[in-house]
Amino acid sequence: MTVFIHKESERRPDEALYDHIIPAGEGWMRDLRPGQVLRIVDLEGNQAADTLFYDAENPEDHYSAVQTIAGQQNIYLTTGSVLRAESGKPLLTIVADTCGRHDTLGGACSAQSNTVRYAHETLPMHNCRDTFMLQLAKRGDGYTKRDLAPNINFFMNVPVTPEGGLTFADGVSAPGRYVEMRAETSVTALISNCPQLNNPCNAYNPTPVRVLIWES
Amino acid sequence: MSSIVWSLELAPGAKWSGAIARGRLVRFTALEAGANVSMLLYNADDKTERYNMPDTLKAQYTSHLTKGHVLMSDNGRVLASIVEDGLGWHDTIGGCTTREATAAKYGTTSFQRERNDWLRNGRDNLAGELVRCGLGMRDLGPVVNLFSKVYCDEDGNTIFVPGHCPAGASVTLRLEMNALLVLSNTPHPLDPATAYPSSPVAIEVLPADPVDPATDPCVLRRPENRRAFENTWSYFALLGQ
Repeated sequence: MTVFIHKESERRPDEALYDHIIPAGEGWMRDLRPGQVLRIVDLEGNQAADTLFYDAENPEDHYSAVQTIAGQQNIYLTTGSVLRAESGKPLLTIVADTCGRHDTLGGACSAQSNTVRYAHETLPMHNCRDTFMLQLAKRGDGYTKRDLAPNINFFMNVPVTPEGGLTFADGVSAPGRYVEMRAETSVTALISNCPQLNNPCNAYNPTPVRVLIWES
Repeated sequence: MSSIVWSLELAPGAKWSGAIARGRLVRFTALEAGANVSMLLYNADDKTERYNMPDTLKAQYTSHLTKGHVLMSDNGRVLASIVEDGLGWHDTIGGCTTREATAAKYGTTSFQRERNDWLRNGRDNLAGELVRCGLGMRDLGPVVNLFSKVYCDEDGNTIFVPGHCPAGASVTLRLEMNALLVLSNTPHPLDPATAYPSSPVAIEVLPADPVDPATDPCVLRRPENRRAFENTWSYFALLGQ
C-alpha cells in the first residue's frame, strides 16, 4: 500500500512577503533568492501546477526530471525531495506538503501533444507550453523553446506500474492542499497553471492556484 | 547483409552523433552482456524539435519502451519507431551518468593517468557531441537508455534489473524523420555493478520498407500513435518531401 506523507507548514500567510493568485490558464515567472520559501496552494483541488525551475545564475541549467529521480531513486515528489538541475545541482527542497505526491513524468500539455492525445481538432485550444513560451518571451534573457524541459506537475498523480504501464489518476489533491519548497540557490520559477479541458483528472474544470513567498 | 549502408562498433565509453535519414533502420546489437547506450534524438533539420520523454510515455500509457512504441518529439510528431526488439524493455526515466557519479562508484580516473582506459560518463559524452552539433547543455533532457530495464514499485522506487541484456540482444529503430542521434555507450546510472560495465555495441544502418499505414504495427498500436504519424506526414507534405 502506497503511503502518502503529509507534512504541514508552520508558516503563516499573513507573514508572507508575496501573495498572488494565478488563475487557470495563466503563467507566472519570478526569481527566488537562496533560502526563500515558495508555497503553491491548490485552491479548489485536483488542479495541475506545471512548474519549471532554472538556476538563476546559469539559466541554461534547467530543472531535470531524471536528475531529480536519480538523486532520490524514486519518481514521486514529496517532503524531502530535492529538485535538481540537469547538472545535478540542488535547486530547491520540498519542506512541507499536504498533498503527499507530485508527478515528475507527465510533462506539460502543448497544442501539438493535445492533437496526439485527444484529437486533431484540439490544436487551437489553450495549453501549458503556450503559457510557458509566452512567459519566456516576456522575460527575454535569451530563454527559448530549447529551455523547456520536462516539468513538475504539482498536485498531479501519474502512477507507474511495475509492469511498465502509466496511468493518470485523480483524487490525490483537495481544496487547500499545498506544497512548499525552499530555494537552495538563486532560482527562477516558471509556472503554467494548466488550462487542460480534455483530461478528466481535473473534472474538466481548471481552477486557480495561489503562490506565496516567505523569507527563510 | 549487403543492404547495410553503414556500420560502426561503438566501443565501451565511446560516443557518436550524426544525422540519419527518414526511411532508414538503425539496428543496435549488444556484442556482450550488460550493454547500455544513452540516446538523444533531434529533428536534424530543426534541432529545436527533440525527443520528449513525457509526451512519448503519456500518449502511449507506458513507462518503458519496446517494439510497437514510437519516440515522439515535443512537436507531436514521430521521430522514430521501434520496429524490432529482442528485450521487451528499454528505459527512459533513468538518465545518464555523470563524471562525479562515475568516480564515486567506480573510482576516480583521469586521462593523465589511465590514458584512453579512463572511465567516460554519459553527460560529458553527450555534452561534447551536442556542442559539436551546434547545441549545448540546455538541450540535455531525458535520454533513452537502450538495453536497460528500470521499473518502479508501488511506492515509486526505481529498480534496475541486472542481467536484463544478454550478449547478442538487439533493438531496431525506424526513422520517421531525418534525425540527429547523439549516443553515449556508458553504464546506466542505476546499474549496481561494482566494476565499470563495458559492452561494445554494433550499430548498423539499413533501408526500411515504406510504412504502410493500413498494416504497420507502430501506426496501429494506438489512435494516439496514428495521429502522431499523421502530424509527421503533414510536416513532410508541407515541405514537399
